[in-house]
Amino acid sequence: MLRSVPIFRLLALAAIVLNCGLAIAGPYEDALKRFSADSFGETEIAIKDMAASGAQGALPALEALQAGRLSVAGDTVFYLDGNGQATDAATGSRLAGIPADGKVVRLNNRLRRALENALGGLTLFSKDPARRLQAAEALFKSKDTNALPGLEKAISAEPVPAVKKALVEAEAAIMLARPANTAEALGAIRTLRERGDQEALAQLNVAATSLADPAVRSAAEAAVAAIAQRQKLLSVVQNVWYGLSLGSVLLLAAIGLSITFGVMGIINMAHGEMVMLGAYATFLTQEMFRAYAPGWFDWSLAAAIPVAFLLAAAVGVVIERGIIRFLYGRPLETLLATFGVSLILQQSIRTLFGPTNREVTAPAFMSGNFDLFGLSIAYGRMWIIVFTLAVFAFLLFLLKATPLGLRMRAVTQNRRMAASMGIRTAFVDSATFALGSGIAGVAGVALSQIDNVSPNLGQSYIIDSFMVVVFGGVGNLWGTLVSAFALGIGNKFLEPVAGAVLAKIAILVCLILFIQKRPSGLFALKGRAVEQ
Amino acid sequence: MIIQALLAQLDRTGRIFIAVLLGALVLVPLANFALPESSAFHVPTHIVALTGKYLCYAVLALSLDLVWGYCGILSLGHGAFFALGGYAMGMYLMRQIGPRGVYGNPVLPDFMVFLNYKELPWFWYGFDMFPFAIAMAVLVPGLLAFVFGWLAFRSRVTGVYLSIITQAMTYALLLAFFRNDMGFGGNNGLTDFKDLLGFNIQAQGTRVVLYMLSVLLLLAAFLLGRYVVTSTYGKVLVAIRDAESRTRFIGYRVEHYKLLVFTLSAMLAGLAGALYVPQVGIINPSEFAPTNSIEAVIWVAVGGRGTLTGAALGAVLVNGFKSMFTTGALAPYWLFALGGLFILVTLVLPKGILGALSGIGKGWQWRALESARHEDTGDLTTASPDPAPQGQGNATRAAA
Amino acid sequence: MFKLSRRALLASTIAGGLALSAGGAFAQSGDTIKVGILHSLSGTMAISETTLKDVMLMLIEEQNKKGGVLGKKLEAVVVDPASNWPLFAEKARELITQQKVSAVFGCWTSVSRKSVLPVFKELNSILFYPVQYEGEESERNVFYTGAAPNQQAIPAVDYLMSEEGGLVKRWVLAGTDYVYPRTTNKILEAYLLSKGVAKEDILINYTPFGHSDWQTIVSDIVKFGTAGKKTAVVSTINGDANVPFYKELANKGVKATDIPVVAFSVGEEELAGVDTKNLVGHLAAWNYFESVKTPANEAFIKQWQAFKKNPKAVTNDPMEAHVIGFNMWVKAVEKAGTTNVDKVIDTLPGIEAPNLTGGVSKMLPNHHITKPVMIGEIRPDGQFDVVWQAKGLVAGDAWSKYLDGSKDLIGDWVEKKCGNYNTKTGKCG
Repeated sequence: MLRSVPIFRLLALAAIVLNCGLAIAGPYEDALKRFSADSFGETEIAIKDMAASGAQGALPALEALQAGRLSVAGDTVFYLDGNGQATDAATGSRLAGIPADGKVVRLNNRLRRALENALGGLTLFSKDPARRLQAAEALFKSKDTNALPGLEKAISAEPVPAVKKALVEAEAAIMLARPANTAEALGAIRTLRERGDQEALAQLNVAATSLADPAVRSAAEAAVAAIAQRQKLLSVVQNVWYGLSLGSVLLLAAIGLSITFGVMGIINMAHGEMVMLGAYATFLTQEMFRAYAPGWFDWSLAAAIPVAFLLAAAVGVVIERGIIRFLYGRPLETLLATFGVSLILQQSIRTLFGPTNREVTAPAFMSGNFDLFGLSIAYGRMWIIVFTLAVFAFLLFLLKATPLGLRMRAVTQNRRMAASMGIRTAFVDSATFALGSGIAGVAGVALSQIDNVSPNLGQSYIIDSFMVVVFGGVGNLWGTLVSAFALGIGNKFLEPVAGAVLAKIAILVCLILFIQKRPSGLFALKGRAVEQ
Repeated sequence: MIIQALLAQLDRTGRIFIAVLLGALVLVPLANFALPESSAFHVPTHIVALTGKYLCYAVLALSLDLVWGYCGILSLGHGAFFALGGYAMGMYLMRQIGPRGVYGNPVLPDFMVFLNYKELPWFWYGFDMFPFAIAMAVLVPGLLAFVFGWLAFRSRVTGVYLSIITQAMTYALLLAFFRNDMGFGGNNGLTDFKDLLGFNIQAQGTRVVLYMLSVLLLLAAFLLGRYVVTSTYGKVLVAIRDAESRTRFIGYRVEHYKLLVFTLSAMLAGLAGALYVPQVGIINPSEFAPTNSIEAVIWVAVGGRGTLTGAALGAVLVNGFKSMFTTGALAPYWLFALGGLFILVTLVLPKGILGALSGIGKGWQWRALESARHEDTGDLTTASPDPAPQGQGNATRAAA
Repeated sequence: MFKLSRRALLASTIAGGLALSAGGAFAQSGDTIKVGILHSLSGTMAISETTLKDVMLMLIEEQNKKGGVLGKKLEAVVVDPASNWPLFAEKARELITQQKVSAVFGCWTSVSRKSVLPVFKELNSILFYPVQYEGEESERNVFYTGAAPNQQAIPAVDYLMSEEGGLVKRWVLAGTDYVYPRTTNKILEAYLLSKGVAKEDILINYTPFGHSDWQTIVSDIVKFGTAGKKTAVVSTINGDANVPFYKELANKGVKATDIPVVAFSVGEEELAGVDTKNLVGHLAAWNYFESVKTPANEAFIKQWQAFKKNPKAVTNDPMEAHVIGFNMWVKAVEKAGTTNVDKVIDTLPGIEAPNLTGGVSKMLPNHHITKPVMIGEIRPDGQFDVVWQAKGLVAGDAWSKYLDGSKDLIGDWVEKKCGNYNTKTGKCG
C-alpha cells in the first residue's frame, strides 16, 4: 500500500520533497516536534504540515493519531501498532521498547475534522476501495479546493464504479462551493441532484442562496425542490420502517406475556422483570466472553440467548411452583403476588449488580447502518426485527405443532378435562410458565441492545406489553403480532405530527375507544372459554 | 334516630371500626395539643399529619373496594380519580398564594410566569373560590368515571380488558399532566402552598383540623359504603360480581348498576385526593402512575377485599409499614419485605387480614386455598370463581 | 349502647396507643451529631442517587476518623424516599422532627427539592442540594452546591460558538420535558438570540421521561443538521433516556465531528452503561471530571474505590458537590461552635472549601457556590478529556440574567436577608 503512494502523492499534494522517508530533518520532522507542546493549536499545525510534507511516515503517523495511538515521550514521537510494538514516527524504525513516560496526543473535535480532511487527501490512492470511499466522503464534507487536482487524477484512475461515483460527487461539491464558470456549476448541480440525499440537499441549498449567477441559481433551486420532493416520499417509507422497528420492540416485550397472561390467564406483573433478567444474563455472558474468549466476542449475543432463556425459565419455574400454582382460577390474586415478586426481583438485582446501568456492547454486525434506496437502515434495528419474527415463529411452531404445545393448549382451555385425559397438568403448567418467562428473557437479550440494562428495565415495558396483548386479543398470538406492529406504526406516523408525548397519548385513547368497539381485542377467541 | 338505625345495621367489625375512628378523632388531637412534648403520650404534629395522609389513602382504598370488592370491577386506574381531586385542590391552593410567589405575580402561579403565560388559562378560572374547587374535586373525577364507565359498561367490556383500559386511562393522564404545555405545572406539579381558607397550611392547628377532617371523611365514606352495600342496590352489585350474566338474565340493567357505583366511587376518590394534597403539600403527575393504582388495589387485598373495614385497614397498615421500613439500616431492603408481604398475604390469607381474622372461628384458610386450586381455570373474567369474599354480612353475622 | 361505648373506649385507647408508640419509637441517642441522607435507594431515581448516599457515608466515616465535629461523632441517618415525591416530604419531616438531624444532604430531581422545600422552611433546617439545576431559586434553608445554569449551560454554548469548538451556527436544544431542561433551554434560547443566531436556526424538542425510541428524533436532528451550517445538539435529556439516545446516535452514525452533542446530565456514571467507542468526541459540560489530575482528586478516587471495594467505581460531578457541601458544613459548624440551624445558616456564606480539581470554592450570599467550569470530550474508555476550562471560578447566579421574570432579581441572605431581592424596586419579591 505504502509503496504505491509516493508518485501520486507527489502530484496530488504538490509535495516539495520526495525522499522516501529518509530525511533527517525536514518539514515532516519539524511538524512532529510540535506534538510535544501538548496544545491543540500546535497539534493542528502539525497535522497540516505532516499532510503537506509528503513524507512516507506521515500516513501511518496520522492514522495512529486518529486512532489515539500516537504518543509523545520527551522528543520522541512514536505510535503503537496492532501488536503493541512501538514505532518511531520520525524514522519509521521500531523502538526497542515502549517509552515509559509516553503521553497520548490529545484530540478535540476540530482536530478530528482536520485529521479526516488530511487523511482524505492522503488515502485517495489507497489500495483498499473502502478507504478510497472514505476519502471521497471526507472531501465531500471538507470541500477543500486544494484537493481538486488530486481528485481529478483519482477519478480517472478509479476502477470501482461506486467509489468513482463518490469521487465525482466530491468533485462536484468542491466545484459548487467555488464554481469557476456556469457550465461547471450546472454540471456539479446535476451530479448532486442525482445523489439526492440530505448532504446534497444541504450543498444545493447553500448554492441556491449564495451564488450570483441566475441560471445556476434556478438550476439549484429546481434541484432542491426535486430532492425535497423525493425526501418527502422517502420519509413516509422511513416512518413505516421506524414503525416496524418500534413494533418489533413492542412485540418482543409482549410476546412472553402473551403466553403467561394471554394463554394462562395470569396477570403477570413480574413479566418485565423476566425481560430484565434476560438483559442481565446478556451482560454476564458478555463479561464471560471478555474474560475468557475475547476473540469470539461477536458470538456473545448468540450465546446469551440460551443463557437468558434458561435463567428466566428457571426463575419462572420457581415462581410457578412456589406461588402461582396455588392461585390458578384466581387471576386477580396473581396480580398481587406477581407484583410482590417483581418488587423482590428488582431489588435483588439492585443489591447484586448495583443500581447503575450495565454496559452491553453491540457486536460488530449490529452496529452501523446501510443505505437502501436512500433509506437509512440501522443494522441493529434490522436484526432485532429478524430476531423478533424468528422468536414468534418458534413460539407458534411450539404451540401449534408439538405435543407439548397441544397439551399446553388443552390444559389452559379445560384443566379438568385435560387431567382426565391423562395429561400431567402440574407439569404442563410449569412448562408453560417457564416457556413464557424464558421467551421474556430472550427478549431481554435484544432489548439490551437498545435500552438501559438497569433494574428499572422491566418497568418501562410492562404497561406497553399489557396494552399490546389486550389490543390484540388475549390468548391469540397472531393478534399480539398484528397489534404490536399496528401500535408501532401508528405511533411513528403520529410522532412527527404531534410530538412524542401526544402521539403516545393519542394511541392510548384510541386503544381505549377501540376496546369499546371490540371488547375482546382485535382477534377475540371464539367459544365458551372466554365468557364464563 | 338515624344514628341508631345506622348502628343497628352494623356488625361487630363495623362497630369496632367506628369506635376506633371516633377515638382517633378525639384522642389524637387531644394528645397533640393538651399533653406536653415531654409526655410519653404526646403525639407530635407530624405524626398527626402522617396519619391524616394514611386516612386519605384509606378512603381511596375504600372507594376502590366498593367497585372491586362488591361489584367485581377491578379498576387499575383509581389513582387517576384521586389525583384529579388532588389537582383541583392544588389549583385552589395555588391561587391562594397570590402575590407571595417568587415572581410576585398576583394572578399567575410561578410556573406560568416562568413559561411566559400572559393570562390564566380558562380551565383555571373559578379555582380561587373554595366551594368551586371542592365541587370540581368531586365532579371532574365523577364526570370522567361516568363517561368512561358509560362507554365501557355499555359495550360490556369486562374483566381483564376493563382493568387494562383503566390502566391505559391513568397512564394517558400521567403523560398528559407531565407535559408542561398542559398548564398544570408539568413534572413539578403544584407545590409551595401557603394557606387554605385563610389558615396557614403549615400551622399546627390547620394540620390537626385537616387530620380530623380526614377521620370524618373516612367515617362518612364508611357509613355511605355500608349504606350502599347493605341496601337492595348493594345486593344486586354483589350479584353482578358473582354472576353477571345471570343477573342480567333475571332482568337487572347491569350497566346502570355498575355505572352508578363506579361514578360514586370515583367521586369519593376525588374527595380523598382533595384532602390529601394540603396534608402532603404537593400534587404532581406521579400520582397518576399506574403503579400507584396497583398499590391501592393491593391495600384492599391485604386488608380484605369485600370488607370496607378491611380496605381501610389495609391502606393504613401497608403505608405505615412503608414509612417505618424506609428509615434506617433496613432502608435498602424494605422492598423485599413489602414484596414478601404481598406474596404471603395472597398465599396464606387469601381473604386479607380481616378475612382471616373473621375466618378463624370458621376453620383454617388453607382449606379455601386448596379448594380454589381445584377450580377450573382459563377464566379471564374478573369475577372470581371463589364465591365468597366475605362481606361482613354473612361471616360476622354467623359469628355474632 | 353501653356495650358499644365500652368497646369504643378500648378501641380508641388502642388507636391512641398505636399512634403514640409510633412517635416514641425513635429514641434520641446521646452524644452524636446526626446528619440526614435523603436519597432514593429504590425506584427510578435509585440509579443516580444511591452513589450519593454512599459518598455521604464515606465522608461521615472519614470525618469521624478525624475525631468528628465539635468533639462529637457524626451519625448518618439514611432514609429511602423511594423516588416518590410526597414520600420525600414525609421523610424530610421525619429526619428533622423525629431524628433531629442537624443538616440534610439530599434530593436529585427538581421536583423532589420542590417537594421538601416547604418542610425545610417550616421546620427551619438545612438542606444541601448537590445537583446541577435550573436556578430561579434562592432559599434560606437550602444550599445549592450543584451548578446553576450560568455555571454549565452558557459556557458550553460559548465554547461551541468559538473557533475551537467548531463555530456552531445552528442549534438543536433537546431535553426531557421537565423544569430543568425547560429553563435551561429558555435561557439558552434567549442567549443565542442575543448572540445573533436566527430563530429558524434553533430547534427545540422535548421528550417524556424514560423515552426509549429515538429513531424519529435522531433522524430529525440529522435532517436539521445537514442544512449547510455547522450544527450542534445541546442535550438536557435526563438519566434513563440517555442510553437509548446515544445508542441511536451511534446506530445512525452521527459522529461528533459532524454534529457534536453537548450534554449537561451525562457524566461518568451514565456512560458506564454505554459502549463509548462510537461516542468519542461528544461533549459534556460539568464542574468536575474524574479524569482531572490533581492530588486531591486522585486521593478522593482512591478512597472512593476502596470504600466501594470496587476498583472500577467511577466518580462524578454531584459526588464532588457533596464533598464540597459537606466540608463547608463541617467548617461552618466548627466556626459557629454549634449545630444550631440559624447560626450555621448565618455562618455558611463566605465559608471556603477546596474542590477536587484544584480551586477553592466559596459559599456565596445567594447560597450558591463558586465552581470551575469545564468542557470534556468523551474518550473511548468512558472518561472525559477536558478540552476547555473557564478562567478562574464562576460564581453561581440564583436568578438568570437572560429571563424576563428574573433579570432584576438577586438572592442575598447576608445583607438583604431575602432570596428574591429586586434591584430595580429595591424590595424583596
